[in-house]
Amino acid sequence: MSTDTTGVAAPGTPPTEVAPTQVCASTPMGYGSMRRKEDARFIRGQGRYLDDIALPGMLHGAVLRSPFAHAKIVSIDTSAAEAHPKVKAVITGETLAGLGLAWMPTLSHDVQAVLATDKVRFQGQEVAFVVAEDRYSARDALALIEVDYEPLDAVIDARKALDEGAPVIRDDLDGRTDNHIFDWEAGDSAATDDVFANADVVASCDMLYPRVHPAPMETCGSIASMDPVTGKLTVYTTTQAPHAHRTIYALVAGLPEHKIQVISPDIGGGFGNKVGIYPGYVCAVVGTIVTGAPVKWVEDRSENLMATSFARDYHMHGEIASTKDGKLLGVRVKVLADHGAFNGTAQPSKMPAGLFHVFSGSYDMAAAHCAVTGVYTNKAPGGVAYACSFRITEAVYLIERLVDVLAHDQGWDPAELRMKNLLKPEQFPYTTALGWEYDSGDYPTTLQKALDIAGYAELRREQAAKRERGELMGIGIAFFTEAVGAGPRRTMDILGLGMADGAELRVHPTGKAVLRLSCMSQGQGHVTTFAQIVAEELGISPDDIEVVQGDTDQTPFGLGTYGSRSTPVSGAATAIVARKVRERAKIVAAAMLEVSPDDLEWEKGRFHVAGDPSASAAIADIAMAAHSDLELPEGVEGHLDATCVYNPPNLTYPCGAYICVVDVDKGTGQASVRRFIAVDDCGVRINPMIVEGQVHGGLADGVGMALMQLMAFDSDGNHLGASFMDYLLPTAMECPSWELGETVTPSPHHPIGAKGVGESATVGSPPAVVNAVLDAIGVRHADMPLTPAHVWRAMRGEPIRTDLAIG
Amino acid sequence: MQVPAQFDYERATGVAHAIALLTRYGPESRLVAGGHSLIPMMKLRIANPETLIDINDLDELKGISIASADGADALRIGAMVRHTELLESPLAVEHFPILVDAERVIADPVVRNRGTIGGSLCQADPSEDLSAAFTALHAVAVIEGADGRREVSAREFHTGPYQTVVGDAEILVEVRVPIRPGSGSAYEKVERRVGDWAVAAGGAALWLDADTITEVGIGLTAVGAEHFCAAQAEDYLRGGPVTEERFVEAGRIAAEHVRPTADQRGPEDYKRHLAGELTTRALRRAAARAQHGTEA
Repeated sequence: MSTDTTGVAAPGTPPTEVAPTQVCASTPMGYGSMRRKEDARFIRGQGRYLDDIALPGMLHGAVLRSPFAHAKIVSIDTSAAEAHPKVKAVITGETLAGLGLAWMPTLSHDVQAVLATDKVRFQGQEVAFVVAEDRYSARDALALIEVDYEPLDAVIDARKALDEGAPVIRDDLDGRTDNHIFDWEAGDSAATDDVFANADVVASCDMLYPRVHPAPMETCGSIASMDPVTGKLTVYTTTQAPHAHRTIYALVAGLPEHKIQVISPDIGGGFGNKVGIYPGYVCAVVGTIVTGAPVKWVEDRSENLMATSFARDYHMHGEIASTKDGKLLGVRVKVLADHGAFNGTAQPSKMPAGLFHVFSGSYDMAAAHCAVTGVYTNKAPGGVAYACSFRITEAVYLIERLVDVLAHDQGWDPAELRMKNLLKPEQFPYTTALGWEYDSGDYPTTLQKALDIAGYAELRREQAAKRERGELMGIGIAFFTEAVGAGPRRTMDILGLGMADGAELRVHPTGKAVLRLSCMSQGQGHVTTFAQIVAEELGISPDDIEVVQGDTDQTPFGLGTYGSRSTPVSGAATAIVARKVRERAKIVAAAMLEVSPDDLEWEKGRFHVAGDPSASAAIADIAMAAHSDLELPEGVEGHLDATCVYNPPNLTYPCGAYICVVDVDKGTGQASVRRFIAVDDCGVRINPMIVEGQVHGGLADGVGMALMQLMAFDSDGNHLGASFMDYLLPTAMECPSWELGETVTPSPHHPIGAKGVGESATVGSPPAVVNAVLDAIGVRHADMPLTPAHVWRAMRGEPIRTDLAIG
Repeated sequence: MQVPAQFDYERATGVAHAIALLTRYGPESRLVAGGHSLIPMMKLRIANPETLIDINDLDELKGISIASADGADALRIGAMVRHTELLESPLAVEHFPILVDAERVIADPVVRNRGTIGGSLCQADPSEDLSAAFTALHAVAVIEGADGRREVSAREFHTGPYQTVVGDAEILVEVRVPIRPGSGSAYEKVERRVGDWAVAAGGAALWLDADTITEVGIGLTAVGAEHFCAAQAEDYLRGGPVTEERFVEAGRIAAEHVRPTADQRGPEDYKRHLAGELTTRALRRAAARAQHGTEA
C-alpha cells in the first residue's frame, strides 16, 4: 500500500489538544451545554426510584429460583411456607396455570415460563413466588418451600447445542426434537462468494462476543396494585418502555388496557435490561390480584445478573476479502447465536438477529452476506441488551476485528487500511451491499481528527522504541457506523406495534409549557434535552418547560427508550410538535397584530411584522392571547397545543473513530488503558455536555467488556458471574481521562439533523480496546475479556475459551 | 435487595465481655468487626449466625504502636485497626512498606474505611492479602481466651481455607511484627480490576547485613502456598548475597512449590507463573528498599 494516498498524519505531527467542554453559565434558549435539570434532584439523593415507593398496606414478594440449569420438577411442597405467620400467598406454576399465566409470550415469537411447571431450564429460573408482610419474611419463607428436582443433562456449550443426541431443552413446544430456533440470512450469498473467489487476499477469524450483562445500578422491580373498587391495575415498574408494557400486560393477562396504568418512576440505568417483561413483574400482578393488597417485588443483584436480559453471546466466523493493495471487497459471516432457554430477544420482531446485518461497517464494499443460526441453551434468556443498538455491537466488533486481522496478516497499517476504504462524503446517501441507506457522514475527516488528537505517527514511533526495549504498548483503532432510531413502521415493529412515537406539547396561558413524551429516561437527561428542543423551536426557556414521561395515563403512545431511539424518534416528534405549535402561534399572532400570517417573520421567541420589528408578539403573549377572548380566524382553534406521531423515514447513522492506547505488562499480562480518543459524529448536538456524558459511559463499557466483564458457565450450568465479586464492572481506576472530539454531519431526514448517540461508544469502543491489546502483544486474535490471565495465555499461543469455566 | 435471616445482636464492652458472650452463645455466634465479609455472606445467606457480637467498642483492640519488650521492638497492630489506618500509618511506612503496598490494593476505600486487620486475618480467605504480608514479616498473632493470651506465628495461624487456630471462645487481639535493622519489604499483586481479590500476589521481606541476606520472608496469596509461605525459596536465599539471578531463581523455586487451582481469575499455569514472577518482583523491590529506603 502506498502511504501517500491516505490522510494519515505525517511523522512528527504532535497530538492535538482537546479542550474540555464548557458548561453554560446560564440556561440557553435552545441548544447548548446546560446543566441537567434533573440533577439537582438526583445528586441530593432525592430521586424517586421504584424501591423508594411504599403504598399503604403494601406486601413484599420474593422469587424462589432454580439451583439447577436443567431439571425436571417432580413436586413442589409449599405447605411450610404457607404456614409462616407473615406469609400471605405462595404462588407456583400450578397456580398460574389455573389462571392461564404459567407461560407468557416473548418479544421474539416464543413463549417463556413465568413460573416453571414442567422443568427448569436455567439456573436462576423462577419457580415460586412468595408474598409476605415484609421482605425479610418473604425471603425466609423461600427456604421453607421444598422442591423435588430430577436433574437432567444440560446444554451449556452453544457449539454443541445442535449435536445429535443433545438434550432437548424445549420439549414444551410441540414436536420439538432439537435446540434449533431459527436460521436467518442477509445479503447476497452468491455475489459474496463470487467476490471471495476472485479476491487476492482473504482473512478469516473465529471470534466470540461473550455473554455480558448490562448490570444497571438499580436492579429490576415492580409494584402492582389492583384497586378492587375501580378494577384498575396500577403497575409501578422499572421499564424503559411503559406503553409497550401496558399493551403486553393487556395481551398477556387479558386485562382491559384502559384499566392498566404503567408508571416508570426514576430509573437507575437501563441499557436494555429494562425493556422486556420479567416473570417477577407478572407475579407481582398476580400477587395483588390474589391478596387484594399492593405487592412490591425488587430483585437483588444476583437475581439481576442471573435471570434478566443478558447481551451478545455471538459465536462468529468472519471472513474479509481484499485486493492485494488493500481495497476491501467483501465480508461474510456465519453466526451461532446463543439465545438461552427461551427466545426472548428484544428487537424489531421481523429481525431475529436485530440489526446485525450492518456488519459491512463503514467501508465501501461490493458484497456481504451473513447466516445466523439461533440455538437454545440452558442459560437465561436474552441476547439483545446492554446498549447494543439491536446487535450492532456484535457487527462492529466483527468488522473492526476483521480489518485488523487482515492488516495483521498483510503487515498493513490499520489506520491506513481503514482510511483507504472508508466511505467518502460524496457517496452519501449510500446504500450498502446489505440494503441499508446510510444517511450522512464524513468518515475520512472523522478518522483524521482522531488520528490528529492521538498523534498517531508519534505513537507508532514510541511503540517501536518500546519494542526495542522489550516493552509492550499497543494502539487500537475502531471506526463504527451505528444505525439507530428504530424505526420506520413498514419495516420495524415489536409484537406488531410499529415503532413510531407520539409527542404532545401544550403551552399554558402564561407561556410556560408541558411536553409529554412516550420515551423514558433511565439517566439520559430527557428532561433537559427535550426541553431544549422545544426552547430552540419556540423560544421558551428550558427552565419553563415541564417534560412528562413514564406514566401511561399522562403521555402519548410510543415504544420507549432503547436502541438510541429517543432523539431520532421522540426528538423528531418533539421538534415537529413544537413547529405545529409555532404555526398555531403564528395565526394567533397575526390576529393580535391585525396582519396576515404571511406578513409575519419568526425570530426565536416572537413573531414580528416583516419590515417592522417593533410590531411583534412574544410567545408568552401569544399564549395568553390564544386562551383569551381574542377573536381567531374561522376554523382556528384556541389554546396553544399540538400533538404529533412521528414515523421515522429511515434510521439515523451516527459514526465515530476511536483510538485506544494500552500498555501491557509482559510478565503478568496486565493491560492498562493509557489513552482513549473518541471522535463522535452524531449530527447536531442538542446538549453537547450530555452527549459527552453518554460517550464517557459507553467508553467505560468498552473497557469493561474488552478487559474484564464476563458471564461464563461451568459444565453443570452454574453461573460464574452472579455477583459483582465475579462480574467485574470497570471503575474510574481502569478508565483514562477520555479525549473527545466531534464532527457534525447532520442527518438530512431528521427535522433537526440529530442522530442517536446513547449507544455509540458502547458499540464502538470494545474493538478499539481489543485491537490495542492485541497490537501490543502481536497476537492475531483472542476473545474478550482480555483479563491478565488471558493476555498471558494469548502471548503463549494458548488463548482461553472465555464462555466456559477456566479449567 | 438481599436481606439476612434473623439473628440476635450483642454489643461487647471489652475483650473479657466479648469472650464471655462467645462462651454464652457458643459456636453459632460470630464476632462482627468491620463486617465487610460477614455481612455480605449473611445477606447471601451463606453465613447464618444466630448471634452477632459486635466488637467495635473494644478500644483495647485499636491503634498501631511500637511495643518494646526484652529490649526488642515490635510493631503492634490492634485487631480492630481499620485497613485505612494501616495504609496511612507512618510507622508502617517507616518499618514495613509491604503493609502499605498490600493495603493499597485491598478492596476499595469504602471497604478499607470499615474493614479491619483482625477481621481479614480471621476470615482467612485464601485470597486475602494480609496473611501473606504478615507471613513474609514473620509476624506473631496474639489470641486471647478465657484462660489468657497466647501467641501464634502468622505461619501457623491458618489451618485451612476460612479456618484459623482461633477457638470458638477466643479473640485475635493484635498482630506483632518484630522490628530488626536492615529490612526492606514489598508486596506485588495482580488483580483483574482494582478492588478485586488477587489472581495471585507475592510479598517479600528481606533483612540485609551489607549485601548478605540474613533473614527473608516470602508470602504468597491465592496460589495454594502452604501456610501462605514460599519456604523453599526462603531457604535458598537465606545467608546468600542479593543478586538479580538469585531473585529469579527464588521465583522459580516458589512457583515450583505452589498448588494453585484454576478459577475464573486464571488457569493453574498462569497462577503458578505469577507466583514466580511476583516473588521475584517483590524481592527486587524489597532489596531496593532495604538498600535505598522506602522510596525505592
